[in-house]
Amino acid sequence: MEAKTLFDKIWDAHVVKQVEGGPNVLYIDRHFIHEVTSPVAFLGLKNRGLKVFRPAQTTATPDHNVPTENQHLSIVDEMSRNQVEMLRRNCEEHGITHYGLGNDGHGVVHIIGPEQGLTQPGMTIVCGDSHTSTHGAFGAVAFGIGTSEVEMVLASQCIMQPKPKKMLITVNGELKPNVTAKDIVLYIIAKISTSGGTGHFIEFAGTAFEQLTMEGRMTVCNMSIECGARGGLIAPDEKTIEYVKGRQFAPKGEDWDKAVAYWKTLKTDEGAEFDMAYNFDAADIEPMITYGTNPGMGIKISENIPTSEGLVGNDKVSFLKSLEYMGFNEGEAIAGKPIDYVFLGSCTNGRIEDFRTFANYVKGKKKADNVVAWLVPGSVAVEKQIREEGLVEILEAAGFELRQPGCSACLAMNPDKVPAGKYAVSTTNRNFEGRQGPGARTLLASPLVAAACAITGKVTNPSDL
Amino acid sequence: MIDKFIKIQSSAVPMPIENVDTDQIIPARFLKAVERKGFGDNLFRDWRYTSGNTPNPEFVMNKPEFSGSILVGGKNFGSGSSREHAAWAIYDAGFKVVVSSFFADIFKGNALNNGLLPVQVSPEFLDEIFATISKDSKSTFTVDLEKQIFTNDATGNSFEFEINAYKKVCLLNGYDDIDYLVAMKEQIAEFETK
Ligand code: SF4
Repeated sequence: MEAKTLFDKIWDAHVVKQVEGGPNVLYIDRHFIHEVTSPVAFLGLKNRGLKVFRPAQTTATPDHNVPTENQHLSIVDEMSRNQVEMLRRNCEEHGITHYGLGNDGHGVVHIIGPEQGLTQPGMTIVCGDSHTSTHGAFGAVAFGIGTSEVEMVLASQCIMQPKPKKMLITVNGELKPNVTAKDIVLYIIAKISTSGGTGHFIEFAGTAFEQLTMEGRMTVCNMSIECGARGGLIAPDEKTIEYVKGRQFAPKGEDWDKAVAYWKTLKTDEGAEFDMAYNFDAADIEPMITYGTNPGMGIKISENIPTSEGLVGNDKVSFLKSLEYMGFNEGEAIAGKPIDYVFLGSCTNGRIEDFRTFANYVKGKKKADNVVAWLVPGSVAVEKQIREEGLVEILEAAGFELRQPGCSACLAMNPDKVPAGKYAVSTTNRNFEGRQGPGARTLLASPLVAAACAITGKVTNPSDL
Repeated sequence: MIDKFIKIQSSAVPMPIENVDTDQIIPARFLKAVERKGFGDNLFRDWRYTSGNTPNPEFVMNKPEFSGSILVGGKNFGSGSSREHAAWAIYDAGFKVVVSSFFADIFKGNALNNGLLPVQVSPEFLDEIFATISKDSKSTFTVDLEKQIFTNDATGNSFEFEINAYKKVCLLNGYDDIDYLVAMKEQIAEFETK
């Protein structure tokens, strides 16, 4: 039998048809939708007179637009309210499960999927959102799609996709103290650039990923697309199975045993070939931060911002434009730079483990006066757990308060916007110009680094304290 | 249904910036519409307008000498989010073709699904296009989808670009994937029982 990669096994099992000279018709097991990228798809269905083909396989939640305060009140922004309302109506009309505001299942779409057990190994999972790659942490083929494709899934439970190429990224060795999943992935993107993964699906392998919790693996897969890849995945193991077990939509009884037996076959065969492979040493990684306007512009906090030396033409222009936007100079140290905002949250780092890390660090300390901090749980379930574990008291004693779940300042579609020119250390995934508000300057980092910065009011390496 | 792609000849709007991401193409705060209308007005919003909402005279789309239905971008065009609004905004603003030496995957797919043709050329050819436009902003380029050839009319040099054969047929005929999939429902239902 031909040796196959994990990705091949899942992909090939979902091909309904190979179109001649064209893409695969790929069957989708699980579809998530949110309020921003779905309305036009539903409109398209209506215009064609179609019904949703398999409503039970789609799950909805509004997350991008929602305020993170006073969620029991009506949303103030009219257009946001309209989108959120539209999602509810579309779901009602088509019989789709909808976790609306105020519902226990509500949260950022990529956080609630795994929480509810909707995300399982071996599945194909799509959503009109690029960070759908998060679900790859379970050994699923999960990727973001456009609105036309959302319409395809609603209409037929399939999309048309050429099969991507395969990339293997291996990280072996011992991680240094204070190095987290976020640092690993920022390090990888800095090494291979924001376009290094284009056209590929990445499998992450090696002891560094094996040691991570499921939360950490989700952080890594979440950001796999920031190097241009379609998605990333990690082979399921005992931790994966343990995480899924007993969750609301996890298989039960005999079905569970069957599922587990299948999941155990989901690994890359010996000798299977990848189109591209990278190998990194875990011991090289340190706490990371970005200094520029794409996620590939990351450095160790202990390093200086690079210089434009050796860059020519458009590369140089783009680099300098980026530094100008950020208000940084070439070659200077990033550590010690004053900051104004800290954002903990998003589908990258809005899970319970992230809040534990943050709380654990700030315990017994005080937030710097010059810092405004937004702590936004990824879901209602995360928020509940934060309260149950007594983390709120720790956070409040240190001068922080907890907000309500949503995407929030990750893309600033709701009122949580970082003002122009201000610096935000953010646990999110994108530092593009204006991502956190027009003119906002974003420095991506781990929850641990964000905590250290929130306490000192400047860019701080947690290992230095 | 999407519009059929017919061979075009046009001048081009140059944007020699790398990693133009979807947040620049259409900032998130403009994604609140529930219909597919009016996104062109907010294309490159934060570059095109000053913070006081007046057109930024420095931005290429506001310079009278540049016009046309071809947008030429730097390397890694369209990186970032899966928002199809990025492709809608470019199309809605009157562009039919985007040229770059490298496209982000999701953007490319979204563009193709909306009748916007992404043409990937070599870095050298891209440099030549930029040079031609900066010499004379009225220089024209010809895009022949049938033959898969992009020609710099000023120099006569051309580049044979790639496109998936299925997508090419769709674009030339204005077909879309949804029609195709809906026609396959029985086969899909049968696949589900396996
Ligand atoms: S948290 Fe940010 S990246 Fe995640 S789904 Fe929301 S907007 Fe997208």
